[in-house]
Amino acid sequence: MTILGNSGLVLNEKLLFEHSDPGRKGYSLPKLDVPEAALPAELCRDEIAGFPELSEVDVVRHFTRLSTWNYGVDSGFYPLGSCTMKYNPKVNEIAARLPGLADLHPATPPHLAQGILELMDKLQTSLAEVSGFARVTLQPAAGAHGELAGMLVIRAWHEARNSTRSKVLIPDTAHGTNPATATLAGYDVVPIASEGILTLEEVESHMDDDVAALMVTNPNTLGLFESNIEEICKLVHARGGLVYCDGANLNALMGIARPGDMGIDVMHFNLHKTFSTPHGGGGPGAGPVGVTEELIPYLPGPGVERVGDEYRFETDNAESIGRLLAFHGNVGIMVRAYSYIRSMGGAGLKHASEMAVLNANYIRARLEGVYELPYKNRSLHEVIFSDKDLEGGCHTLDVAKRLIDYGYHPPTIYFPLVVKGAIMIEPTETESPDVLDEFCDAMIAIAGEARDNPDLLLKAPMRSKVRRLDETTAARKPRLKWEGSE
Amino acid sequence: MRYIPHTAADVSEMLERIGVKNLEDLFVEVPGSVRLKRPLDLPEALSETELLRELKKLAAKNATPSTHMSFLGGGAYHHFSPAAIDLLVSRSEFYTAYTPYQPEISQGTLQAIFEFQTMICQLTGMDVANASMYDGASACAEAVLMAVRLTRRKRVLLSRALNPRYRATVATYCLYLDLELIDVAVADDGRTDLKDLAAKLDNTTAAVVAGYPNYFGVVEDLAALSERAHEAGARMVAAVAEPVALGLLKPPGELGADIVAGDGQSFGLPLAYGGPYVGFFTVRQKDLRAMPGRLVGETTDLDGQRGFVLTLSTREQHIRREKATSNICSNQGLCALVTTIFMSLLGKQGLREMAGQNLAKAAYARQQLAGVKGFSLVFDGPSFNEFVVRSVEPVADVLGRLEKNGILGGIALGDDYPELADCFLVCVTEQNQRSEIDALVAALQGGAA
Repeated sequence: MTILGNSGLVLNEKLLFEHSDPGRKGYSLPKLDVPEAALPAELCRDEIAGFPELSEVDVVRHFTRLSTWNYGVDSGFYPLGSCTMKYNPKVNEIAARLPGLADLHPATPPHLAQGILELMDKLQTSLAEVSGFARVTLQPAAGAHGELAGMLVIRAWHEARNSTRSKVLIPDTAHGTNPATATLAGYDVVPIASEGILTLEEVESHMDDDVAALMVTNPNTLGLFESNIEEICKLVHARGGLVYCDGANLNALMGIARPGDMGIDVMHFNLHKTFSTPHGGGGPGAGPVGVTEELIPYLPGPGVERVGDEYRFETDNAESIGRLLAFHGNVGIMVRAYSYIRSMGGAGLKHASEMAVLNANYIRARLEGVYELPYKNRSLHEVIFSDKDLEGGCHTLDVAKRLIDYGYHPPTIYFPLVVKGAIMIEPTETESPDVLDEFCDAMIAIAGEARDNPDLLLKAPMRSKVRRLDETTAARKPRLKWEGSE
Repeated sequence: MRYIPHTAADVSEMLERIGVKNLEDLFVEVPGSVRLKRPLDLPEALSETELLRELKKLAAKNATPSTHMSFLGGGAYHHFSPAAIDLLVSRSEFYTAYTPYQPEISQGTLQAIFEFQTMICQLTGMDVANASMYDGASACAEAVLMAVRLTRRKRVLLSRALNPRYRATVATYCLYLDLELIDVAVADDGRTDLKDLAAKLDNTTAAVVAGYPNYFGVVEDLAALSERAHEAGARMVAAVAEPVALGLLKPPGELGADIVAGDGQSFGLPLAYGGPYVGFFTVRQKDLRAMPGRLVGETTDLDGQRGFVLTLSTREQHIRREKATSNICSNQGLCALVTTIFMSLLGKQGLREMAGQNLAKAAYARQQLAGVKGFSLVFDGPSFNEFVVRSVEPVADVLGRLEKNGILGGIALGDDYPELADCFLVCVTEQNQRSEIDALVAALQGGAA
């Protein structure tokens, strides 16, 4: 087996502030062509203490060196479960930087912004088609922001019916954002246990006239399809509630099945997962929300609409929950997602979902028996193992750190919480079987190392820029900014 | 498909290894009743050439500073962005990585965020900055929620001179939290009316929120606002939509602000029709554990080398779930990186010089416009790079006329402020040449004649 991980020359690099030299400049501005002006002295600050003074070369080398300490999808396999780290197509970056899109001010009158409005209209229509919803808003900036929009829409729908329901049901496999969002929408959270997937009986036992909504993730965070979803939606509807779906895992379903057709009322998309936009080291993403016909009036606004040949912002939005951001959403991300959808076409999107599911099941077939597989249902786009069978006193964390030495980004670990020592692997469709084989070989080798030479895991990683970091001290004595040289 | 590597042979070998006959068998858990029985109704796939052709056509329908002289601001600003920024953030180790959950292979992102947090603190005069939020408006809403949590009070006073889209966002976040949002009037000088504030402040008030500078470009007397807020036991939230101003203005941290939330778009991010931008969020040390959002902290590794990690995450949703300080999960990592590089390049002198140019250009424009018959300045409070102009001629006609001259003259204020239906907001930055300002003035004179 070829081990990808190696060590080259990794350069050290100080903090910006430690490089700073008084009088150095890294910018140029045109000469001022109007008379100077001054503010009243009492409004003015002294110089910005501590702000760096660097040349352009200093800054470019600094950030170039920093970049080499990172691992991205372009560096290698990044099977971070639930995050859908698929390849980020390069043409999408070119698209988002076209001056007519990148330099457009958000307050430009709509008749002078018809191009971007057309793109937004086409994107929301495409997302509605993929998901089976009546309408999609593009405004939310991220998945959790979309959840907030969705839960506020649900609440607004109830309020319009004078319903004062106070509870939201959330399975124990859910992302932490689900309960946090329900709280922000003013609801009490009722966690419900799941046995891999939700059963009708379990939901029924919690369903009463005080339940406003059920929040599900489908496929769920165990990579399993909620096969009782139709009956569950019918039950919740019959008792006067609505169903929210966390769309984080839509990458399993494009062209296969549509949440809107399952009875789900509201779902957010993650454009940075399913629709290939880069994760940016933690954002920006985008979290559009799709809803059924009945919920359209409550969507955040103003939304984009087409009237004849003209695109404009809706004006009739008296029942809208209002806006969630200063402007129209993360438009630069929308451009990339639109480029992706246009590059893939409908058949391409379905092919992507099929290959994503094929890849996850292939990894599962290769690693089952080496790592414990807590749930036996057929996996969709991701597969969850545990560290139960691991020997040598090693745990999930140690496997993750050892994978770094082999040259991989580790999977998501210790989530979902219902699986002790969870190892959550999501390969996505953009990885070839060769890559998957090398990764599986590494996982198998690591299980062997745990048995024969556990120190290799316990002391890992050895090849990275830094070794394991002291997170306890970081939290106990927080140093959250540079305070000057010691 | 160029992004999917599987050959037909790959697929059959993989299916065989899995032990299923065909791809269909992988989806046995998806009931037939919910299966989509037709192809997705989407346009056919495009090649790169066709795609770019289509997108360029769309892009050409939009008006930008390359096609029009622009005086649009109102929370998004056209500023100089050094060329090095886009080339550096285009390094795919930065933009194709995710959240630095594995610090050993994410030190680039982590150190950059640590530098971001440091510079945001230096800029605002505050103790602690988080790793960033979605934008200025949502950061402002999070600030209100934090003040409510800290004070356990239910009343929030929002200056009417706070960006109306920030106010609307706060209102949306607070919809069902049983809070009372109250507007504070604007005085004749364009600042928040201290008398009205005093009348509305009471011991149930959680926060006072004002823009710095405010939506009309006027510099608030933040010290006076903070003092009043503190007398009532409320928190002072300063919202900074135009951080270039902080190159000259006293930092809000020196003027008593308890939370400073703002938007970093001015620091190198493209206008991009409104996003992605980046919210910044800063607090006092004592409130650290109540703050929302990710934080990066310094620590050491097993060999004693300096390194950085995500820290204090017990405040956050993935640990605390329904009891978290916010539902936010991500930050605007790459946008925060853009602003970090911007601040590094501009540095101590550059930000001051850029702010000075904005001030001077806007002052010149104010002076010139004040001399045009039929137009007048509305507020006389000290202002930075934006100001409000009142027009005898209907605003829509004025802006329409300017547009015919290739000028985006400003933002009509009537929709957000019925009392200012005859006014528009003009923004002048260092990107506007004197000749553009003169052209604006000439075009306005043309109509008044």
